[in-house]
Amino acid sequence: MLTVEGLRSRYGRIEVLHGIDLQVNSGEIVTVVGANGAGKTTLLRCLSGVQPVSGGTVTFRGDQITTLAAWRRPARGLTQSPEGRQIFTNLSVEENLRLGAYGFADDRVDRDMEDAFQMFPILREKRNLSAGGLSGGQQQMLAMARALMGRPSCLLLDEPSMGLAPIIVSQIFDTVRGLKDLGVTVLLVEQNAFGALKIADRGYVMETGRIIMEGAAETLIADPRIREAYLGI
Amino acid sequence: MRLSAKSATLIVLLALVALSPLLFPSNFYYRVGALIFVNAIAVTGIVILTGYAGQVSLGHAGFAGIGAYACALAPVHWGIHPGLALFLGAGISGVLAYLVGRPILRLHGYYLGVATLGFGILVAMILTNERALTRGPDGIDVPDLGLRGLLGDLGLSLSNGQFWYFFTGLCMIVGAWIALNLHDSPTGRALRALHGSEVAARTVGIDVAQLKLRAFVISAVYASVSGSLLALQNRFVTPDVAGFMHSIEMVTMAVLGGVGSVLGAIFGAAILTLLPQVLTVFAEYEHMVLGLVMILVMIFLREGLLPSILKKLRGKDE
Repeated sequence: MLTVEGLRSRYGRIEVLHGIDLQVNSGEIVTVVGANGAGKTTLLRCLSGVQPVSGGTVTFRGDQITTLAAWRRPARGLTQSPEGRQIFTNLSVEENLRLGAYGFADDRVDRDMEDAFQMFPILREKRNLSAGGLSGGQQQMLAMARALMGRPSCLLLDEPSMGLAPIIVSQIFDTVRGLKDLGVTVLLVEQNAFGALKIADRGYVMETGRIIMEGAAETLIADPRIREAYLGI
Repeated sequence: MRLSAKSATLIVLLALVALSPLLFPSNFYYRVGALIFVNAIAVTGIVILTGYAGQVSLGHAGFAGIGAYACALAPVHWGIHPGLALFLGAGISGVLAYLVGRPILRLHGYYLGVATLGFGILVAMILTNERALTRGPDGIDVPDLGLRGLLGDLGLSLSNGQFWYFFTGLCMIVGAWIALNLHDSPTGRALRALHGSEVAARTVGIDVAQLKLRAFVISAVYASVSGSLLALQNRFVTPDVAGFMHSIEMVTMAVLGGVGSVLGAIFGAAILTLLPQVLTVFAEYEHMVLGLVMILVMIFLREGLLPSILKKLRGKDE
């Protein structure tokens, strides 16, 4: 579904991604784990198109999308729940959801919104309130629900657990796990390596702009080096 | 039943336009009212550009100048009816906004402000210096719109002041209605979204550059229509209409009243049009008091007069 080959990216003169190879197959949950500053978010920003790519290619469902404008990607089936959630705090919850389906017909949007409310009932309660008034966990749910409103075939999730209480984190991970049953392919970038690897099919470990390890999630979780470096066990 | 914000705004505006004349002590106030409405039209455009989309323009008087001079020049040079010239001016402003907007809307914040400022100054300079065409700084006469005479023939005779009061009032309400519809449309939602975060807007599939351009063009048309109506009403126009101060006035009115809401911004237009009339009691200190009022509003009522007042009122019964 999503193939990344030799991807490089730089901030000014400093290269932060030094050739990333990565593959996400249809129906999989794939996670990229790594410490703060490893380049995970930059990788995701390249995939969603908001960060320029300086080398390599990104192929999505058979099409080269390396330089495709960010705003054209959701219509291709690639949506993102960005780092720090980036919900529109000045808009209501419902308006945020509607924006997730920007450009789609209204009746479809209404139906999908109903699905989103099924998945996150709290959002229904707050639908007319300003999204800025939601708690961190609710904002994360809104960001995910908004990304799902575009009916993605592949969803990019950036640090959904960031800054949330442990109980909320496990809820969020359960939801991500549930997306698999809905047929959504997920690329999950996480600092919380343990939580992410537990729900993922495969994983990549990133360190200073390179993939240093890859494999089945259960293999990585059992690997002593990973356990020591990222799982704190 | 709760009224939607849109209907509430329109009802308030309609009531104000229709009922205010009952309180007018003299005909002069029709003129002041019409000035408020003309300013309100330009300010409604600023609400779309700045309040919805979060983009700053310090050059919108340039478009007002184009609208005003279209009504002065097109009838003389091409024999176009001044009423049609209003639409011609709006068209020219829209196209120009599109051409100018494409490169400069990539800029953000104060860079965008300075670039638009440059545009406004350019228009003002052309209007001042192209004497052969515009008669320069002395200004130029504008032909009669003819609508008042037409209404008179139909049996509805209004004084000049009354006619312009109700006509511009009607135009303002139509302008407000369009802006309010835009607010809740997918385009309006997308504009407000990019105001919040451009990156997030792009990741949900919004063509940010295109949308900003659209807001810029729409607001330019508002400014142009406002300039045209001012020229037609005064029957005379000078390059001041395109001047820097006029641009600043538009933004100040919008921000003072509450740039996020149409009603608020129109309220701001009313206050800043009226205040100088009221403050004449302070004689030479007039501008000082005006400045002071503006500073105090920005310090204590950051969201603008009307939204802040409404919030306070609501806060009490919640």
